[in-house]
Amino acid sequence: MDIRENMEKKYHEALSTYLKDQNEQALYQGQKISRLHIKYNISPEEIISMHKNNLMELYPELPGKVLDSFDFLLEVMMGYGIAYREHQSLRHQQQELKTEIEIAANVQHTLLETEIPDIKALEIGAISVPARQMNGDYYHFVQDENERIGVGIADVIGKGIPAALCMSMIKYAMDSLPEHRHEPNSVLESLNRVVEHNVDPSMFITMFYGLYDPHDRLFSYASAGHEPGFYYDAATGTFSDLDAKGLLLGVDKKTRYRQYEKKVNRGDMIILLSDGVTECRTNDGFIEGKRLLVSLKRICICKPRKW
Amino acid sequence: MEFQSCVKIINEWDIVAARQLGRNVAKELGFGTVDQARITTAISELARNIYLYAGQGSVSIEKLNINGKSGLKIIADDQGPGIEDIRRVMEDGYTTSGGLGAGLPGAKRLMDDFDIESIPGEGTKIIATKWLR
Repeated sequence: MDIRENMEKKYHEALSTYLKDQNEQALYQGQKISRLHIKYNISPEEIISMHKNNLMELYPELPGKVLDSFDFLLEVMMGYGIAYREHQSLRHQQQELKTEIEIAANVQHTLLETEIPDIKALEIGAISVPARQMNGDYYHFVQDENERIGVGIADVIGKGIPAALCMSMIKYAMDSLPEHRHEPNSVLESLNRVVEHNVDPSMFITMFYGLYDPHDRLFSYASAGHEPGFYYDAATGTFSDLDAKGLLLGVDKKTRYRQYEKKVNRGDMIILLSDGVTECRTNDGFIEGKRLLVSLKRICICKPRKW
Repeated sequence: MEFQSCVKIINEWDIVAARQLGRNVAKELGFGTVDQARITTAISELARNIYLYAGQGSVSIEKLNINGKSGLKIIADDQGPGIEDIRRVMEDGYTTSGGLGAGLPGAKRLMDDFDIESIPGEGTKIIATKWLR
C-alpha cells in the first residue's frame, strides 16, 4: 500500500501545481506519473478515482454534477482497464513462450550436432546460421569403417518451429539407417519413405546426399530437389554446377533417385549449400547463383575452415 | 441468515437490473467506487453471456461474512447449451462473439475468486467472489 499512497501523493502534488499554473513543467510531471502508474500496474479506473478524490479535496465547492461525471468516466474506462490487464497477461505469456523457444533452440542445437570428420585426404568446413531462432537447415557428416565420408544437407520448405522439429526427425532417421546403406540414392530413398510416412503432407524437404570414397577418390551423390552445389575444378580453375535431378522428399513414397559420380582430383573443391544462401537478401537484392560464384572464386584461394 | 437476491436474465434490460442489484449490495458492504465498478462490470459480463448465449438464466448476489471477512458473491446460473471447452473460453483474446467484450477472463480478473462449472447440453454455473479489504 506504500506505493499506492506515494503515487496518490505525487498525483496530488502534480495536479495542484498544474491547476495553479498551467505550465509545461507540471504536464511533464504528469507524463512521469503515467509511466510510474504503468510500472506499478495501476489501472485506468483507479487513476480516475484518484483524480476525482483529488478534485474533491482541492475544490470542495465543485458542483456535484462535475464530480458525478467522473463516475461515468470511470465506468467507461473499465473496458480499457480490462484490456490493459489482458495485454499484460498476454505479454507475460509471450515472454514465457520466448524463453521456451530459446530452450528448444538449444536442445535442437545439441540434437543436430555433427562432428566434422578429420581425415588426411580432405579439408572440410561447414557453417549454418539460422534465419530465426530455430534452424530449419541441417547438415550431417558420417564416417564409416571404410573411411568413406557421407555428407547430408537438407532444408525444410518453410521456416520456424515446425521446420525445425522436422529436421530432428531426419537426423534420427539417418542415424538408424543400416551401415551398408550409405549409397546416396538408397539413403534418399529410405528418408523419402520416412518423410512421406511421418510428415504433414504440406511439408516438403529438399536434400542432397554425397559419399566420398578416399580410396578411389570418387564422389557419388544424389539430390532430392536440393539447391545445386558447385564443383571447382583445380586443373582448369573453373566452377560448374553440381547438377543432380530428383523429386523432393515426402512427395511420393515410390520415388527412385539417380546416383551421379564424379572423380575428385587434387585441389578440387565441392561446395554444398541450402537455398538459405541464395534466398539471402543483401542490399542489392537476392544473391544470385552467378554472383555467388564470383564471390566463391575470390575466396577459393583460401583454405577451407570452420568459419 | 445470509442475504441473497436474484435477478432473472431474459432480456437486455435484466442486465441493468442485475448491475443495479450488485452495485447496491457492494455499496452497502462498503466497497469503494473503483471496486463497485469492477463488481458491476463483472456482473454485467456474466449477465450478458447468459443473455447472448444461454437465452435465459439468473444472476444472484450474496453477502458473505466468513471469519470476520466481508465479501460479495455473484452466482450466474443458466440452462443454456453449456461450454464444451472451458479452458478455451478462459483464454485471453478468445471471444465467441468476436467483439471486444471482456469475456470470462476479463470478469475473472475483476474478481478475487472465480469458479466455473459447465455441462454441455445442460448449462453453466459461474461463482465469483470479491472480498472487502
